[in-house]
Amino acid sequence: MRADRLGALLSAAGTTALLSLPFVIFKANRIVPGTPHSLGDVLPAWGAIGCYALLLAVSIVALYVTNPRLRLFAALAGVVVVALAVAAAGNALTPAGNKVVRVAPGAGWWIASVCLGLLATDAITRLRPGPALRVLLLAAALGVALLALAHGTFDHLSIMREYAVNAVRFAHEGARHVALAAGSLGAALVAGLPLGILCYRVPRLRAAVLGTLNLIQTIPGIALFGMLMAPLGALAAAVPLAAQLGIRGIGAAPAVVALFLYSLLPIVANTVAGLKRVPRATVDAAQGMGMTDSQVLTRIELPLALPVIITGVRIVLVQNIGMVTVAALIGGGGLGTFVFQGIGQTAIDLVLLGAIPIVVLAFSAAVVLDALAEVMARAPA
Amino acid sequence: MKVPGVASIARTAALVLLAAFLIWPQRFAPLFVPLTQYGAPPIYDQGNLLTLALAQLGTVCCAALASTVVAVALGILVTRPSGAQFLPLSRTLVNIGQTFPPVAVLAVAVPLVGFGLKPTLIALFAYGLLPIFENTLVGLKTCPPAVLEAASGMGMSARQRLLSVELPLAMPLILEGIRVSLVISVGTATIGSTVAAKGLGEVIIAGLLSNNTAFILQGALVTGLMAVLLYDALTGLERRVCRTVRID
Repeated sequence: MRADRLGALLSAAGTTALLSLPFVIFKANRIVPGTPHSLGDVLPAWGAIGCYALLLAVSIVALYVTNPRLRLFAALAGVVVVALAVAAAGNALTPAGNKVVRVAPGAGWWIASVCLGLLATDAITRLRPGPALRVLLLAAALGVALLALAHGTFDHLSIMREYAVNAVRFAHEGARHVALAAGSLGAALVAGLPLGILCYRVPRLRAAVLGTLNLIQTIPGIALFGMLMAPLGALAAAVPLAAQLGIRGIGAAPAVVALFLYSLLPIVANTVAGLKRVPRATVDAAQGMGMTDSQVLTRIELPLALPVIITGVRIVLVQNIGMVTVAALIGGGGLGTFVFQGIGQTAIDLVLLGAIPIVVLAFSAAVVLDALAEVMARAPA
Repeated sequence: MKVPGVASIARTAALVLLAAFLIWPQRFAPLFVPLTQYGAPPIYDQGNLLTLALAQLGTVCCAALASTVVAVALGILVTRPSGAQFLPLSRTLVNIGQTFPPVAVLAVAVPLVGFGLKPTLIALFAYGLLPIFENTLVGLKTCPPAVLEAASGMGMSARQRLLSVELPLAMPLILEGIRVSLVISVGTATIGSTVAAKGLGEVIIAGLLSNNTAFILQGALVTGLMAVLLYDALTGLERRVCRTVRID
C-alpha cells in the first residue's frame, strides 16, 4: 500500500510542530514575555495521551485511506481534538477567577491546526461538493464555532479575553465593517450596472471606461483614501449641506468613495462580459417576437448575464471586506481598528481579534456568492 | 483600441513628473502650501522622498522576485505526474488564500518576527505567491495537448518539453500573475509603514498623524503614480512576450 504524499507531508509537519514547538504560551499578564508549554505539560496524562492517540489515528487515515469522506471525517475530528485541547489548556493554566493571565495558542498549535485544516480542505476538494452542500458545510462549521464561543468553551484563551474587554466595540465595529463593505457594493451596483450596459452598447466608450477603472484599481488603497481626503475636506468646508450629511475629509466618506471606485471595475467589466456572452440568435428571436429593446434587456439579456455579474459581485465583496480594514487608518472604523491598535500595542491577540473575523467574513462571502453564481449558471434563465 | 501616441505621451509625462517631484520636491512646494495649516511644512521633511520611494520599490521587487521563483517552481511541481496528489488542494488553497486581506497577513506577521522590514517582506512574499502560482497552474495545465504530443513525438525529454514548450507557452499568463502580484504588493508595502518598514506610506501616515493634508496628498500621489507606472510597464512587457509566443 502506497502512502498518500499530501497526507505524508501534512502528518510530518503537524507531528513535528506538536512535538517540538510550544502548544500554548502562558503569560502572567498582557505585557510580560510568555513561557512555552507543550501539550503534555498542561493536560493530565490521560488527556495528553488521548490527544496524541487520536491525532495518530488521523495521521494514519491521512496516509493510507483514499476515501475522501473518511478523510474529511478524520480531519474534522482532529480539528475538534486540537480545539478542545487548547481550550482545556487555557482552563488548566488559568487560576480560578484570575482575569489577568493570558494563555495564547502557540506555534505548535497553529501549525497542527493549519495541517488539519488543509487535510479537511483537500478532502472537501476531492469530494467535489455541489453549491448547496458547500454553503451547508460552511453554515455548519460557523454554527459549531459560534455555539462553542457562546458556550464559553474558549473563554480562558487570550483572544477571548481581548474580546471580553472590547465586546461592545467589537459588535459596533463589526457592523460598521459589513455596512461599509456592503454599502459601497450597493452604490457600485446602482452606478455600475447602467454603466456596464452602456459600455456594452457603445463599444467606443468601452475601452476608455474600462481603462480608467483599471487604472483606479491599480492605485493602492491607502493612497486612494489619501487622494480623496483633500477634495472631500474642501467640499465639506465649502458646502455646509455636505458637512451636515457627514461628508468630511476623514472618516467614512473617503473610505466609501474609494471602495465605490474600486468596486466599479469588476461590476462594469463583468456586466459587459456577461452581456457579450448572450447568444446573438436569442436576442434576434426575442426581437422577432416583438419585444421592445427594454424588454429584451430586462427579460433576456440581463437574466442570461446574471451569473457573470454575480461573479463580479463576489470579487467586489471579498475585495471590499479586505479593503475596509485599511479604512481604519483614516478614521473610517471597522474591524481594522483592532488590527492597527494591536499592531500599535504589539498585542497579537488584539490583531487576531480584528483579523480572524475579517478573514471569516471574506471567506464566507466568497463561498456563498460562488455557490450562487454556480446555481444561476446552471438554472435555465 | 487606444491611440498609441496618447498612451506613450501620458506615460512619459507621468514618469517625468514623478522623477522631477522625487528629485526636487521643494520646487513643488507652492502647489502644496494651500493644503497646509498654521505654517506646517508643505513638503515631507522627515525623510528624503526619493530614498523612501526607492526603498519601497526595492522591497516590492525583492519580494516579487522571491514569490515568482517559489510560485513558478511550485506550479511546475504540482503539474508533474509526481506532484499530482497536491494539485486539487493547491487549486483550492489559491482560491481560499486570495480571500485573505493582505493587511491581515501583514498584521499577523508582526508578532511573529517583530517590527520593521521583515513582516512586510513576509506578507508581500506570501501574498504575492498566490496570483503567480494560480496563473502558472492555469498556463501549464492549458497547454494544447496536440502541441505536447508533437513535442514528445519529436523526441523531446520531459525536461526539454517543459523548458522549451510548456513554460514559454505559459509565459504570458505567468507575467500577468506577476503584474497582479506587484500591484497588490505596492499597496501592501505602503501599509507596511504602519509596522515601521521604510516606504512612502510613512509620508501618508505622518500626514494623518499631524493632520497635514499636503503630506497625505503627496504620499498618495507618488504611491499611486508608481503603482500605475509599474502596472503599465508590465503590461507592455506582457504584450511583447505575447507577440513572440503566439501560436494559433
